[in-house]
Amino acid sequence: MLNHNKLIVSHAPFWHNGSSISVRSYHTMIAALPAVLIGIFQYGPRALGVVSLSISLAIIWELAINKVTRRTVSIGDGNAALIGLLFAMLLPATSPWWLVATGTFVAVVIGKHIYGGIGGNPFNPVLIGFAILMVAWRDFFDFNEVLVNYDLGFAMVYPLAAAKHLGTAGIESFSTAGLLLGQQTGGIGSNFGLGLILGGMYLIARGFIRWEISLSFLAGVFITALLFHINNSELYAGPFFHLFTGYTLIGAFFLAPEDSSSPVNFIPMLIFGVGAGIMTVLIRNIGSFVDGVPFAILLMNLVNPICDKIRPKALGKVG
Amino acid sequence: MIKQSFIGLAKPQIEYEVLVAGQPEPQLIQPSEKITLFLEKSPVPNDSILFNVGDKVKTGQKLSYSADTDTYVIASVTGTISSISAFAGDYGKSHTAISVDVDNNEELDDQFAELAANPTLDTARNFLSGMPGNPSFKAFSETAESIHTIIICGVDRDLLITTNQYAVKTHIKAIKNGIGILKQITGVDNILMTVPQHLMQDAIAGNAQVRVVDSEYPATLPHLMMQSLLDQVVPAGKRPEEMGVCFLSAEAVASIGRAFDEGRIPVTKTLTLVDKNGDKSLVSTIIGTPISDILNTYGITLHEKDRLIIGGPMTGSAVYSEDYPVQADTDAIIVQDSENLDLVSDYPCINCGDCVRICPANIPINMLVRFLEAGQYEEAADQYDLYSCIDCGLCSYVCVSKMPVFHYIKLAKYELGRMHAAEAMNA
Ligand code: SF4
Ligand code: SF4
Repeated sequence: MLNHNKLIVSHAPFWHNGSSISVRSYHTMIAALPAVLIGIFQYGPRALGVVSLSISLAIIWELAINKVTRRTVSIGDGNAALIGLLFAMLLPATSPWWLVATGTFVAVVIGKHIYGGIGGNPFNPVLIGFAILMVAWRDFFDFNEVLVNYDLGFAMVYPLAAAKHLGTAGIESFSTAGLLLGQQTGGIGSNFGLGLILGGMYLIARGFIRWEISLSFLAGVFITALLFHINNSELYAGPFFHLFTGYTLIGAFFLAPEDSSSPVNFIPMLIFGVGAGIMTVLIRNIGSFVDGVPFAILLMNLVNPICDKIRPKALGKVG
Repeated sequence: MIKQSFIGLAKPQIEYEVLVAGQPEPQLIQPSEKITLFLEKSPVPNDSILFNVGDKVKTGQKLSYSADTDTYVIASVTGTISSISAFAGDYGKSHTAISVDVDNNEELDDQFAELAANPTLDTARNFLSGMPGNPSFKAFSETAESIHTIIICGVDRDLLITTNQYAVKTHIKAIKNGIGILKQITGVDNILMTVPQHLMQDAIAGNAQVRVVDSEYPATLPHLMMQSLLDQVVPAGKRPEEMGVCFLSAEAVASIGRAFDEGRIPVTKTLTLVDKNGDKSLVSTIIGTPISDILNTYGITLHEKDRLIIGGPMTGSAVYSEDYPVQADTDAIIVQDSENLDLVSDYPCINCGDCVRICPANIPINMLVRFLEAGQYEEAADQYDLYSCIDCGLCSYVCVSKMPVFHYIKLAKYELGRMHAAEAMNA
């Protein structure tokens, strides 16, 4: 043959729509920014420190694992950074460095890489990290205790704790609008409801998260809280309170729709979302934890593989 | 190239190319020195009594290894056979590549001409497979009389291509003729012609029932047309032919019409040439012409690591040499610059579900790829609907991990096919 140009030979298709993991990761981080920035604004340099440390450590753990397992370095895809950011958003601003270090280690190494890395994790890595810390060092997540030195000009009690211990009488000082605007204590990036909703809407519009999961999760929380509230309005807070406090919103838009640990088919997505929503309120209202979002989502992660078997019949299949 | 829109929530709309009205006749590109024909059989030297290196061939002459076989090629030029060699096609298909040095004094072979006045299925089968548009008459012989419907595709299968639309627009007379002959030789009366909306008026002159097909990919794939036009679902792993429906391209039917009308086998193929900037030209050329001749005519040069694609962007195949010839079904030649290649990555599936949502066959691709990657083809077929796949390529097109999903699928089908063939042999 006269022509010696080496042409690239590959399989069809020869076009790609341009989507990529890194675009997804970085845009999810951008979507989280409003909530994070408000958190940093409220809690100051310590919050900034926790966020920066968490992101950096998550990346370092990822790199370390890449090196140890001799795989291609994958920190460029932004997934580790995203895990770090989301993890920090759940933490109180006062978290000590070792807590961040342990949590990110568990999230990245155990939550993600033990299962074969991105796409293989059956549980949300961020929540694995969080759940382990929560069980091991519960005191560090008692927002009333750890944030005692802050006075941000609104009621400095953790709304969910107040509701749990005092019933609706304890939460009269919280207005829905105030909650949405971030006038509540909690994790660094979990309080500014409006920001989380905006971010979530961005992610949904761009197709980066599956809206079915987010909306059904919120619906699950709303309906269950409403039923409790109707049953006993003295004891149980109303649905809007549950929607806009604790980790509900960050859970709906940033944690529950994590790709690998959630379903992709329509009906399973609804079951998954609603299920996590119901569990959240059950744990909050009658369980032993103050907030139920992390455990509710982890629980649904567990049933996801069975759940996702419910799917439309493939073309040309009978029976 | 069609990229995802900013609003990713909306299902991507990937539209078929629309033939631009009032285009000039496509430029006819003649082969400069030689042509290459593919005979779909590996070379059998001892048996090659019917043609050999140094033999003279005439335009329209049938080349085959033995007199009574369905496997043949028609010489598209007059000239001298300069080489015969083995050629490995995709997925283990072996061909014989026959090169012919072109002689400018064209002589016509008259074997077909003598039979053309009286069209029969046998004549068509013996001379006309391998005409532009690649008509296949196998369905009519294999399954005897069971074919009850013929669907003529005035739509093109892949993106960027306008070959069949062009045939409907400009050769509707030949198509009409071809339809008449098809009715006569196959005895099938139910003949449908599918066209995009804008060719509706043109198609009526073809004398078949006209049906409009959606302009969004992959609506023109046979399995989906079976559903949308005939309301029939082809069972997974089966072909439309097994359901009594035969698909022929409009170009092929025009070729049939012309062949019997003129007593001469057509050899000119219409195709779309897409250059590195994505600019498209309609080209017509002799079957067997090396792609390099076409590229030279258009002043396109290939460099290291560019990509040369035969067929459309979704389902075509990349070739490694520009000496590769135009074939009966080459509807497009796409040249991609090394700068603009979308390459696959070695990332695993992240379970984003984009492929599942776009798959026209409802396949749980997120699960399927896990088994395919592990080489567990049987499980993939049994539990995850491998055989429902209709080969549209959309899963790879949208894959966030840029996995070669479609490649895995094709490979799995091929491997399973081989395994089953081997089992059948040993049984
Ligand atoms: S190629 Fe992919 S998207 Fe198309 S039918 Fe097959 S599995 Fe589905
Ligand atoms: S598009 Fe790719 S990454 Fe997403 S689920 Fe399908 S195969 Fe997996």
